[in-house]
Amino acid sequence: MRWLLAKDLKILSRSRMLVAVLVIYPVAIALLIGLAISRSPSKPRVAIVDETPPGQTIQVGSQRVEVSEYAAQLFSQIQPVPVASRAQAVAKVKAGDVLAAVVIPRNIAARLSSNLVPAHLEVIYDGDALEQSLVHSTLNSALAQANLGFSEQIQQAAAEALERLLQGGNLGVLGGPQNLIGLSQIPAGLNRIIARLPPGADRAELERISQFAQFGAQNLLLSKNVLSTVSQPIRVQSTLLHGRRTPLNTFAVVVAVTVSLMFISVLLAAGGVALEREEHALMRLVRGLISRERLLVEKGLLSAGCAFVVAFAMLAGISAFVALDWSRVGQWIAALAFGAVAFGALGVAIGALAREVRAASLLAFLLSLPLAFLALVPAGSVAAGVNNAIDAVSFVFPFKAALQALDAAVNGASPSIGSPLIHLAALTLLFGALARVGLRRAD
Amino acid sequence: MAAEPPVLSVQGIEKRYGERRALRAISFDVGPGELVAVVGPNGAGKTTLLSILAGVQRPSAGTVVGPASELAGARAIGWAPQEPALYSKLTVEENLQLFARLEKVADPHGAVHSMLEHTGLSERANERVDRLSGGNRQRVNVALGLIADPRMLALDEPSSALDPRQRARLWEFLGELAGRRTSVLFSTHHLGEVSRYATRAIVLADGELLFDGAPGDLIALGGPDAEDLEGAFVAFLADRGH
Repeated sequence: MRWLLAKDLKILSRSRMLVAVLVIYPVAIALLIGLAISRSPSKPRVAIVDETPPGQTIQVGSQRVEVSEYAAQLFSQIQPVPVASRAQAVAKVKAGDVLAAVVIPRNIAARLSSNLVPAHLEVIYDGDALEQSLVHSTLNSALAQANLGFSEQIQQAAAEALERLLQGGNLGVLGGPQNLIGLSQIPAGLNRIIARLPPGADRAELERISQFAQFGAQNLLLSKNVLSTVSQPIRVQSTLLHGRRTPLNTFAVVVAVTVSLMFISVLLAAGGVALEREEHALMRLVRGLISRERLLVEKGLLSAGCAFVVAFAMLAGISAFVALDWSRVGQWIAALAFGAVAFGALGVAIGALAREVRAASLLAFLLSLPLAFLALVPAGSVAAGVNNAIDAVSFVFPFKAALQALDAAVNGASPSIGSPLIHLAALTLLFGALARVGLRRAD
Repeated sequence: MAAEPPVLSVQGIEKRYGERRALRAISFDVGPGELVAVVGPNGAGKTTLLSILAGVQRPSAGTVVGPASELAGARAIGWAPQEPALYSKLTVEENLQLFARLEKVADPHGAVHSMLEHTGLSERANERVDRLSGGNRQRVNVALGLIADPRMLALDEPSSALDPRQRARLWEFLGELAGRRTSVLFSTHHLGEVSRYATRAIVLADGELLFDGAPGDLIALGGPDAEDLEGAFVAFLADRGH
């Protein structure tokens, strides 16, 4: 087997373009996928036409809320491009300079203060269905965030007004009454007066007023609490069922490395086996020089070895930029080795069945890429039937198991590394057996 | 020659692919130094027969007794398939070295240099196979079949891709081999080569062995109108419904 291995390494060393493509292409693809996963989307450029006069405020009780506060909330979700008029905004949207435009009308403050009619923002957008969908989701999210922030400010102002009503004090309005009594202080004051009064109609009347003041104070206190609940009625409390939380960037590293591992191992193994048949050398080899099983093992191990070296180098290189736990290097090696061998087994099966190098490479590529994407589809993001189908497909190919093994090895994610390694070993045997069947005929 | 034991003895071999019978009860012997031609129309079973003798395929029934019983594995019968079975990214010498080692030749270096000399490929030793002409590739293909110094060489249409000059050189080389008592069994469609170089011809049609004898005997069987072996061969097949 060592002579065959030496021969294959010699052939590889003379196929520099192939080696370069086999290494550069998957690494580039892997890095792109990694970047796409780890980087949050950049803020969309949105033209803003702010027609409100500077410093305009909304009156809530005795409090005033600046309209600019609302705009600031909105701008935090987007990349604002200020424009002077609606016409300019339309022109920018048409020219594709901005994804959309938002017009904040002059009367927004008046409408918000009136409490009678809701205020409106105008959203102007264009583009194909994808862009329209992006505008919808992005601006809806941005507006929801801004509305939430704004309503919290209004709720805060309302709560302060209620507090003043309950506790009394100064209104803080120039020329307004000073040292007002609060509703909660009235019952105690009244009760002291009532105690000094003889029984009679006046005392009974004051007792009724005192009871009302007590009742009012208690209910206003409740209203204040209700206000704070209504501003954010549902709060999120997250519970991770198993494992520890995996940062998105280290998961992206795992995805990128697994994709590279898969491409190199599968393509090399598929091409290597198919090449033996295409060069008609398989017939010579299997007539007693080397068994079909040893030939498959040699091809699988060679491709797995190459993939392992590249993938490990990737992990080591990436660790310079992303914090990876080197104390787990033993698990990295196990995950990469089992994954590479399983991908190698898949590759030799493809090579044995496809019979030609081009067909084998094409089949390997066509099979690998969708498998990687399917394995990355989050559970529950598609209909149950489709989800089951995706799970089944992902189960019978090595990508998901390799991803889980490497995620467990690098990030300590769940499931632990044991079960994916067993899964990969089983898939190696399965695809090895399939490759042996494919290699039954040597011509 | 009759007194010498055969190098190869084929006894009643059959090959079935599902319902189809590619070979039916084929039996013949090959003696040392014989140049035996296997001829027949397309689909007659020539390549199947040769690949069974070479050990690439197993017969469905029957036995092949020959040098394989004396020497282990692939070294028994050298084989050169119709399409040159070579690694195109390796040089001529590297191909020979690889197969010499895989065939467990005792002195791989010596065997390679000897084979390069015998096949006239010494000057091409360091050339990559994918840069060789079709004729030279076929010579390397034959050289690989001979690298383990087998007592018999099986060649599947060895001259099909060669020009007349290359063909003449190939037959000269095979004649020398036969002169050194190496038996050669080859399939071909060139009946002129059979009449010129073969000591014996085996005619296959639809997997059946229809004739086994000297080319001159086949001409005689072709009838009075047969001017040469090709004419006799066509008439012979037509007489038997092929």
